[in-house]
Amino acid sequence: MGTSRAFSLQGRSAFYFALLLAPPLLWLGIVYLGSLLTLLLQSFYAIDEFTARVVPEPTLATYEVLLTQPAHIDIIVRTVAMAIAVTLASAVIAFPVALYMARYAGPRLKALFYVGILLPMWTSYLVKVYAWRLILAKQGIASWGFEQLGLMGALDRALAVPVVGGPSLASSYLGMFVVFVYMWLPFMILPLAAALERVPNTLLQASADLGATRGQTFRHVVLPLALPGLAAGSIFTFSLTLGDYIIPSVVGAPGYFIGMMVYQQQGTAGNLPLAAAFSVVPIVLIGLYLALARRLGAFDAL
Amino acid sequence: MTPAIELRDASRAFGNVVALDRVSLAVAPGEFFALLGPSGSGKTTCLRLIAGFDQPDSGCVLLGGNDVTNAPPFARDVNTVFQDYALFPHMSVAENVAYGPKLRGVPARERRSRAHEMLELVRLDGFGSRRPHELSGGQKQRVALARALINQPKVLLLDEPLGALDLKLREEMQTELKGLQQRLGITFVFVTHDQGEALSMADRVAVFSAGRIEQLDTPRTLYVRPRTAFVANFVGSANVVTAETARELTGRADAFAIRPELIEIVAPGAPVGDGDVVCDGVVVDVLYHGATSRCRVRLSSGTVLAVDQPDAAAAAALTTGSSVRLTWRQALAAPLEG
Repeated sequence: MGTSRAFSLQGRSAFYFALLLAPPLLWLGIVYLGSLLTLLLQSFYAIDEFTARVVPEPTLATYEVLLTQPAHIDIIVRTVAMAIAVTLASAVIAFPVALYMARYAGPRLKALFYVGILLPMWTSYLVKVYAWRLILAKQGIASWGFEQLGLMGALDRALAVPVVGGPSLASSYLGMFVVFVYMWLPFMILPLAAALERVPNTLLQASADLGATRGQTFRHVVLPLALPGLAAGSIFTFSLTLGDYIIPSVVGAPGYFIGMMVYQQQGTAGNLPLAAAFSVVPIVLIGLYLALARRLGAFDAL
Repeated sequence: MTPAIELRDASRAFGNVVALDRVSLAVAPGEFFALLGPSGSGKTTCLRLIAGFDQPDSGCVLLGGNDVTNAPPFARDVNTVFQDYALFPHMSVAENVAYGPKLRGVPARERRSRAHEMLELVRLDGFGSRRPHELSGGQKQRVALARALINQPKVLLLDEPLGALDLKLREEMQTELKGLQQRLGITFVFVTHDQGEALSMADRVAVFSAGRIEQLDTPRTLYVRPRTAFVANFVGSANVVTAETARELTGRADAFAIRPELIEIVAPGAPVGDGDVVCDGVVVDVLYHGATSRCRVRLSSGTVLAVDQPDAAAAAALTTGSSVRLTWRQALAAPLEG
């Protein structure tokens, strides 16, 4: 009798367990994965050129359109190039900041750093983008600053560079790059700081003890152990840049980006399958990036 | 002979806390030296000064006669086995062991074979390709040992090397460390709060208390002739008899310590030898410890003495409240300072 009672209790607790687990699982399953799947499914449909209606039959025609039109390839290359540049620049700027925050700053200074990084993230994204357009405009603060510092020549030379340059910072890829880096930098600093904070002091001491100079300890111990944080941060900066459509439409040269294409195809153009196919591009690229990072050992220290 | 390690009047304070207060000591080459003390006594600070992870506020540190007080850790011919082992999680066991030679620019092939030799030395051959997280505590300890020894340092520092291991493994590693040290002839300095460990492994032990060395002696001297009440209590167990009680027992007002196993329980009124201390008391309680039984006896003066009774049957006959006579040879007692 004792065992049967224990059994029934177990059955009851399993029931409650399932009851508790059901809402989050349904939410995750339907709202996230379900909608993602329908989106993916859409990309395997095609639009009827004459009726402008989606034909719900599996076909690779949309992918053919995506990958054979030079304009589309241009958009993908442009977006990926920008995402790579933004990710690299964010990593280079974020590393010293994260390192200082995580390993050298005292508790009060560290708190100040976190506030300084998080506070701008709480203001409206749109306000910041439009503010940047003004800052980078031809008569804006940025060019005024360059002039005051006597660096106008350098700015002009940078803007004269083909492709990245333009008439002003606000209407060049260079300016767009600056805004992207500004926007996504916190997403690089925070995971990087978290990873660096987790490196035990004794590992650094052990390295020094075994004969490593500070530089060697950094290269052989700190950097490899920060890689998971760098990987996490770069996934943020890379994927956020790949998917954004507001920054490229407000700041920078007129060339299209993937996000703008998705927005336009599903909105004005009404070509939902092509919009879906475009949005599959970042997913595939991030997947490839993760596989590469894994192969390079970025997650070995996890 | 030049000492392998020497501290001269080394002091170190953290804020208002004095961790080390004008400590001087010298460790001979090839010696197995223990820094023993409770937590916060300054023993680990002392080790960190020798390793170079910290610098003294005043005083100096010498290695092989050279002043290294302000030299960084990588410039010292000293290697450390850390309490938490501090193995690099992103490297394999062999890479961990070969880290020192790699920094010195030893070619890959040679450092692989040397790492292999070191792993053999600590009986871990075949584990080279594993990751640290796949190892047990004892195995990690051995890897840390191999990694520290591969540079062939003149001095090996061990910070609570056996603290994280279970009892059985700890006893095994004690024998192994001792054997290793004798084979390699390297100076070993280890920090421990376990007096048993210090007594069984070390050639000499420095007992720390409140940032100072209370006594520096061979294990045997520490045990037989503790000079202070602190040492008597910290190294083994002891009955510390105050000057006042001593006057009642021996007629002389000199504080002393007497080990529980040196006191004998005899029948009340039994005759005793010349020069032996005799006192009568009542049994407070008896605790069975296996090899001996620990019996606490309250003397008429109120002082409680612990007595080890090797005869379990005799100990069983003692019950709380029974009257006993205690006796010991005063020559075996250790006179205490202060």
